[in-house]
Amino acid sequence: MIFSILQDYTLRHVIFGAAILGIVSGTLGSFAVLRQRSLLGDTMSHAALPGIALAFMITGSKAPFILLTGAALAGWLGTLAILVITGRTRIKEDGAQGIVLSVFFGIGLVLLSRIQRMPSAAKAGLDKFLFGQAATLLTSDIIAMLVVGGTAMVVMLVLWKEFKLLSFDPEFLTASGFPTRTLEYILTFLIVGAVVIGLQTVGVVLMSAMVVAPAASARQWTNRLEGMVALSGVFGAIAGISGALISSLVEKVPTGPAIVLALGCIAACSLLFGPERGILSQILRRQRNRQTYAANRILQGLWVLSLHHKEYQHPHAIDTLEALFTISRGSVRGGLEALASQGLIKKDSIGRFALTPLGREKALALEGEQS
Amino acid sequence: MEHNFEPVIQVNDLTVSYHEKPVLWDVDLAVPPAVLMAIVGPNGAGKTTLLKAMMGLIPATAGEVSLFGKPRKEAMRRIGYVPQRTAVDWDFPTTSLDVVLMGSYGRLGWIKRPGKSEKIAAMSALEKVGMTDFAHRQISQLSGGQQQRVFLARALLQDSDVYMMDEPFQGVDATTERAIIALLKELREAGKTVVCVHHDLQTVPEYFDWVTLLNVRRIASGPVSSTFVPENLKKTFGGRISFLKENEEGVA
Repeated sequence: MIFSILQDYTLRHVIFGAAILGIVSGTLGSFAVLRQRSLLGDTMSHAALPGIALAFMITGSKAPFILLTGAALAGWLGTLAILVITGRTRIKEDGAQGIVLSVFFGIGLVLLSRIQRMPSAAKAGLDKFLFGQAATLLTSDIIAMLVVGGTAMVVMLVLWKEFKLLSFDPEFLTASGFPTRTLEYILTFLIVGAVVIGLQTVGVVLMSAMVVAPAASARQWTNRLEGMVALSGVFGAIAGISGALISSLVEKVPTGPAIVLALGCIAACSLLFGPERGILSQILRRQRNRQTYAANRILQGLWVLSLHHKEYQHPHAIDTLEALFTISRGSVRGGLEALASQGLIKKDSIGRFALTPLGREKALALEGEQS
Repeated sequence: MEHNFEPVIQVNDLTVSYHEKPVLWDVDLAVPPAVLMAIVGPNGAGKTTLLKAMMGLIPATAGEVSLFGKPRKEAMRRIGYVPQRTAVDWDFPTTSLDVVLMGSYGRLGWIKRPGKSEKIAAMSALEKVGMTDFAHRQISQLSGGQQQRVFLARALLQDSDVYMMDEPFQGVDATTERAIIALLKELREAGKTVVCVHHDLQTVPEYFDWVTLLNVRRIASGPVSSTFVPENLKKTFGGRISFLKENEEGVA
């Protein structure tokens, strides 16, 4: 069945296009996420809509090159508007992004509804940019995506070191003699490129997911920038391909939302199961800490009790110990078992516990740490 | 200004304002070679602003800065920089060694990546600050003092003649404090000039030999022995300096 699917001309286009888009937006999105500009993709994709509409109204053409140029110009203009607003007023970045996003998107919707009422026959189909319509991808679209995306990725690789420092410590970049503002413009321009090539497949409304989700997911699995960018691209590609397949196998599931759903699954798994930063591993770590803490307190308690006797190995009944602590009975028992299995205490024939020489040493060491 | 030395850093009439309110007003400064200079002043006195404006990291409303007799722009590569530790996100996905290597970017210029010789230099910089064992550690796992030492190692890799440091002693442990002091003295012996924004008045005479007292305007600047005196401190800090009577009298 898979074979027959791959022979389908349209589907091959969709899969290929979605994969390119996933790789480009995933890799470049990493820098947006690390610079804490996650909303940037959202702003730029929404800001692109009036550009698409105006490009059509002015030229009357639906050629992808013309529409995407309009989108890129409008996205770029939106980014400039953010810079002007944050530079000239006291409005902060998030506020400026919100303003630009909604104003540009509003203008875009007004223009779209005007186009709908135009008597031209070519009008139909522009609203596909709202939610994307991957099935309409033509060979020329794929080529445009390859050229724009490929160029963006080459620039990213060439300026890797500069973009890394820009993301980590822009002030140090300036202090090292680099034109930080210019590099910022270039990086933003590359992200505009990544957003623009996704508009036809995923649409302006969902495009920001392609920029943010793969990068945020990848960060959960790696502690290196190289690893994060590569993995983010892989996640983007997997989501693109599986979204395309899902929408072709299940009837009436559009490609764009299917891709975003696949991304959602990747993001959920990453947030839950990421080895260090995942929710699950954090819960486990907290539990382990709590157990270690309880065991240490019990060990110290036993040692304090032993001071009342001639021999530190004097055994104590479990009830005596339980009375000593504010932690639950279960934890006391669990802690005692754990200590016994480490050979720090031992249990005698009637169920009482006593310190071993090793346990005494550990208790003394703990005492030293605290003082 | 009149000096009996050839200044390494010369600041003339430097003024910086945010939203029309001057935070730094008409500051003149001349720093001689091979000194450790502290910039001291109350909160909001513009200490960090002065440091950043001297480096051109924030635009000045008026005034100029020259280094080694040249306009600052031409001498930019001769300045090493240690920003405030809290200025960056330490959750960034990278290692200590990689952060230190960033100190080589300025000299490498565009596109070129750090290679073997830069890595060797970075490792020896890490060794100087006692961080060899942490070279491959993810930076979010470092303590505050360790982060500070990584930043110092990065500045060392810049191999500059002048170092600008923003509160290097802020919130660090005793080990790091000792490491920083040793490093500062080594830099001075090598003929470098170090300028530190510093907040702990008690340690100024111990760590530094040159001081600038700042409160929006420059109150005084010169050798610690003749400048760090109760009269100047009172002018800088106003009435909030009562503890100095017991502790700092010996300095005067």
